[in-house]
Amino acid sequence: MNLVESYKDDLKLIEKPWTGCWITMTVIALLLLPWFGNEHLIYMGTLIFIVSVGIMGQNILIGYTGQISLGQAGFLAIGAFSFGHMAQMGLPIGLALLGAGCMAAFFGVLVGFPSLRLKGPYLAIVTLGFGIAVYQTFASFEVLSGGRMGLVIPKFPALFGLTREASMYYFSLFLGIAFTLATYNLISSYMGRAFVAIRDNDIAAEVLGVNLTRYKLLSFAISSFYTGIHGAMFAMFMGFIDPQMFNFSESLIIFVAVVIGGLASVEGAIFGAAFVILVPQVFSGYKEFVPVIFGVTVIFIMIFEPLGLAGRWFKMRLYYRNWPFR
Amino acid sequence: MSLLKVDKLTVQFGGIKALTAIDFEMEEKEILAIIGPNGAGKTTLFNCVSGVYHPTSGEILFAGESLLGLSPDRIAQRGIGRTFQNIRLFNNMSVLDNLMLGRHMKFQRNILQAFLRIRKEELLHREKVEEIIDFLDLAAYRQARVIDCPYGVQKRVELGRAIVMEPKLLLLDEPVAGLTVEEKNRVAYLVTEMRGRFGFGILLIEHDLRIVSRLADRMVVLNFGQKLAEGNPAEVQRNPEVIRAYVGEG
Repeated sequence: MNLVESYKDDLKLIEKPWTGCWITMTVIALLLLPWFGNEHLIYMGTLIFIVSVGIMGQNILIGYTGQISLGQAGFLAIGAFSFGHMAQMGLPIGLALLGAGCMAAFFGVLVGFPSLRLKGPYLAIVTLGFGIAVYQTFASFEVLSGGRMGLVIPKFPALFGLTREASMYYFSLFLGIAFTLATYNLISSYMGRAFVAIRDNDIAAEVLGVNLTRYKLLSFAISSFYTGIHGAMFAMFMGFIDPQMFNFSESLIIFVAVVIGGLASVEGAIFGAAFVILVPQVFSGYKEFVPVIFGVTVIFIMIFEPLGLAGRWFKMRLYYRNWPFR
Repeated sequence: MSLLKVDKLTVQFGGIKALTAIDFEMEEKEILAIIGPNGAGKTTLFNCVSGVYHPTSGEILFAGESLLGLSPDRIAQRGIGRTFQNIRLFNNMSVLDNLMLGRHMKFQRNILQAFLRIRKEELLHREKVEEIIDFLDLAAYRQARVIDCPYGVQKRVELGRAIVMEPKLLLLDEPVAGLTVEEKNRVAYLVTEMRGRFGFGILLIEHDLRIVSRLADRMVVLNFGQKLAEGNPAEVQRNPEVIRAYVGEG
């Protein structure tokens, strides 16, 4: 039996022992992957962890706070290039990551200001403009982008006798888990509640004493911090960046991942990240059809499962939890 | 000193005068009803007091301090809570979370506590919220999503969300509209109980005159943005101007 006996029980991160069980098993499986999986699997895993951090951030903004943003590539680029420059200056990786995140968060706040006045599609247009402006800035100023050759970034070092790839894998796994936990904590706290309140009914939220300015800007700052970290990790993973990697279609892919994974869901962010990484891999022979697959999936998701893959996942769990009753 | 003083309040939307030089005062722990036909400006008045609209001219004093130019969240912090005529709840949250948001201002907010899952505050405020859940008899709906709850329950949740703010002044915009007779009586009871138990001053908009005249200590009648009459319910209902506005020429 799983009776809630105190208010404290209601606040537990993992409610059912069974949930804890399979989460532990998943984490152990992920930890063992470098020993059993091939190089390609490690590559994919690393990429999914990195991307899911960014998708989680954008899910906080788009899914939870309801501020539609299409400028993610801008924050990615800011994160990646700040990390690149800081790493080239010889800063330790942790510090450079933090710096990249904070730089993106700073620009997030700047972009957040229009959100105080604009809603829905209008905000989407402003953020879209921001994304393109950042791309153009990096493309035209060689001081920032490292010129035609792009910016070469020192890769993650090999640690504890592991290969370089495996070290990077563990580092991104660690970051992915840390950010997942932080996101779960954030959204179940007073702040997450305030974000959802702003999405559901901003006037009512304001009348209850939620400072719209502060929380909208906070949401922008936090989400761009995540995206900045995503960009920085991606830069380190690739070992090389140029502005072309952060064009508008990158924003769209992140947006698609948020929607397909499931709005306002942390698991959804991970599913969405896995989707946008795995689909191009599976259909690598038909590259030109990947956007078509994304588009069609979004349409199907919108019609049949508005909560995305996370909604499906939730229903599946509910089904097995209640089995054989329905 | 009066709890709320509205002085020559005028609101203009372009050429339309929604409110013209409205004056009234209310004391602490008073239940003051605002009545009037549709479009009289009652909700506009509420929106001005709670900071959603900014009046064209005039003054609103709450406990002696001006509320003009403050944003709604600052006004909420001063101690004014409100409900809405057409329910404005956070539809995708549970009833419990809706009520917890009412405690938002009282939280000691700390971004690190949020990220590190330190939930001492949360438990503290949960106690208070549970008290109100008992008071409003919402225990059966605690974990239900608000949008799945019946209308009467949603009305009560909205009432509860305003109560947990522990305001000094509560603005209730048609709290019994659309309810059954039974539910109406229950809300009427809750309103008087709220004053007795929590000591709120209550400013009330209502169309159901039978309920209002039973609840209110005094009434203010608005029509076309102007104050028609003020006084205790019996006086107001005998006022010929009021009868003309409500029933038409006799």
